[in-house]
Amino acid sequence: MDLLAFGKTGWGDELFYATLMTIAVSITAMIIGFVFALIFTPLKLSNKKYLNLIGNFYTTVIRGVPELLVIYLLFFGGSGAIMYVASIFGYNEYIEINAFLTGSFSIGIISGAYSTEVFRGAIQSIDKGQFEACKVLGFKKKIQFFKVIMPQMLRLAIPNLSNVWQITLKDTSLISVTGLVEIMRQSYIAAGSTRDPLFFYSFAAVLYLLLTYLSMKLINRLEVKYSRGF
Amino acid sequence: MDFDLMITSFPKLLNATLVTLKLLSLSLVFGLFIGLFFAVLRLRKNIFLNKFAYGYSYVFRGTPLLVQIFIIYFGLGQIEYLRTTILWVVLKEPYWCAIIAFALNTGAYTSEILRSAFQTIKPGFIEAGKSLGISNKIIFYKIQIPIAIRQSLPAYGNEIILMMKGTSLASTVTLLDLTGVAKYIISTTFKPVEVFIVAGGIYLFMTFIIHNLIKYLEKRFGYQ
Repeated sequence: MDLLAFGKTGWGDELFYATLMTIAVSITAMIIGFVFALIFTPLKLSNKKYLNLIGNFYTTVIRGVPELLVIYLLFFGGSGAIMYVASIFGYNEYIEINAFLTGSFSIGIISGAYSTEVFRGAIQSIDKGQFEACKVLGFKKKIQFFKVIMPQMLRLAIPNLSNVWQITLKDTSLISVTGLVEIMRQSYIAAGSTRDPLFFYSFAAVLYLLLTYLSMKLINRLEVKYSRGF
Repeated sequence: MDFDLMITSFPKLLNATLVTLKLLSLSLVFGLFIGLFFAVLRLRKNIFLNKFAYGYSYVFRGTPLLVQIFIIYFGLGQIEYLRTTILWVVLKEPYWCAIIAFALNTGAYTSEILRSAFQTIKPGFIEAGKSLGISNKIIFYKIQIPIAIRQSLPAYGNEIILMMKGTSLASTVTLLDLTGVAKYIISTTFKPVEVFIVAGGIYLFMTFIIHNLIKYLEKRFGYQ
């Protein structure tokens, strides 16, 4: 247990901050994923063929290619792409993007593809009568979405979104390859310097289990709250 | 766009795809047996066996695959006793460590898929078998298993695709699978986009094939 002591003698505080980092990356990635889902879900549901094509391209490619490959693309290509865009605007200095942003963004893109599918499924399973009723009553599109469709959609989407959250949480372990110090990276460092990989990786597994367990508890509460009145 | 690089790296990546396919098929075969074993345990009335199987699937589904590979590859080697046993022949190879981790991981997911498939079998089928005087063993092999396989095909198809993506983690324990080679080419040429297009294209092609194969099987074995 000395290994887990807080302070300079053990790895307790380092692992604690690493856990906070994992949570921070997961939440940021989930939010970025929602933004992507908000953009691509309407595209997938649109009547126009070419918009459909763009939406389908995003979800098919991201869900069909390993997460690690997407992370490598953004990790090695991210700063290059931003420098290219910056050079168009006449800025030619070297730009390095922070590991937290690269990591959250790449996990966010992946999580967004899954969220898009969840939202699409949820909207499609809302009864057609609801849309027609809105039209008959002459609701504006905005009110139709926020007051009629969204409450029903959330109710249907929450159980599946909890799966997306689990996937996102576990995927954050992959950005350790880019050097961001989250649970996995910290365990790697600790395992390397103490020569005790079995202990530290098992402890990392326990931390992840704890995170998934606690978040499941929280989400179950949300589920109960949102399915009220059904 | 560096098309020359794309063309020259294609055969290298295609070679690495073989490693990916080998990892995938071996871990799926082992995983299927592990999954079936734990699914059967989950259906037992014995609370110990039941909880054990539940715990197994909970732990392996609740932790990232990367942690599991690292525990098996870096962690197990630390136990002195293991080094003296015959198991060490297997565990010192990163290739087999990866396969063990993948098989245990996909086994956990497969056990959940099969369990829910077994549970949705109508009791009438089993009762019908019993009333015809068929032994429990034959009911299991000839009635329950074929129906369960049919029921679980769509979910299992997803699991195969997830596992195919999971094999990319083999590159973290020094194996040169498709992702490993792609990363190597990216880090030597610094042309991530070109390599991503080729490697991603190969992965997408495999996803496409698996997806259609499962669709075909569903049609072939589905109820009509």
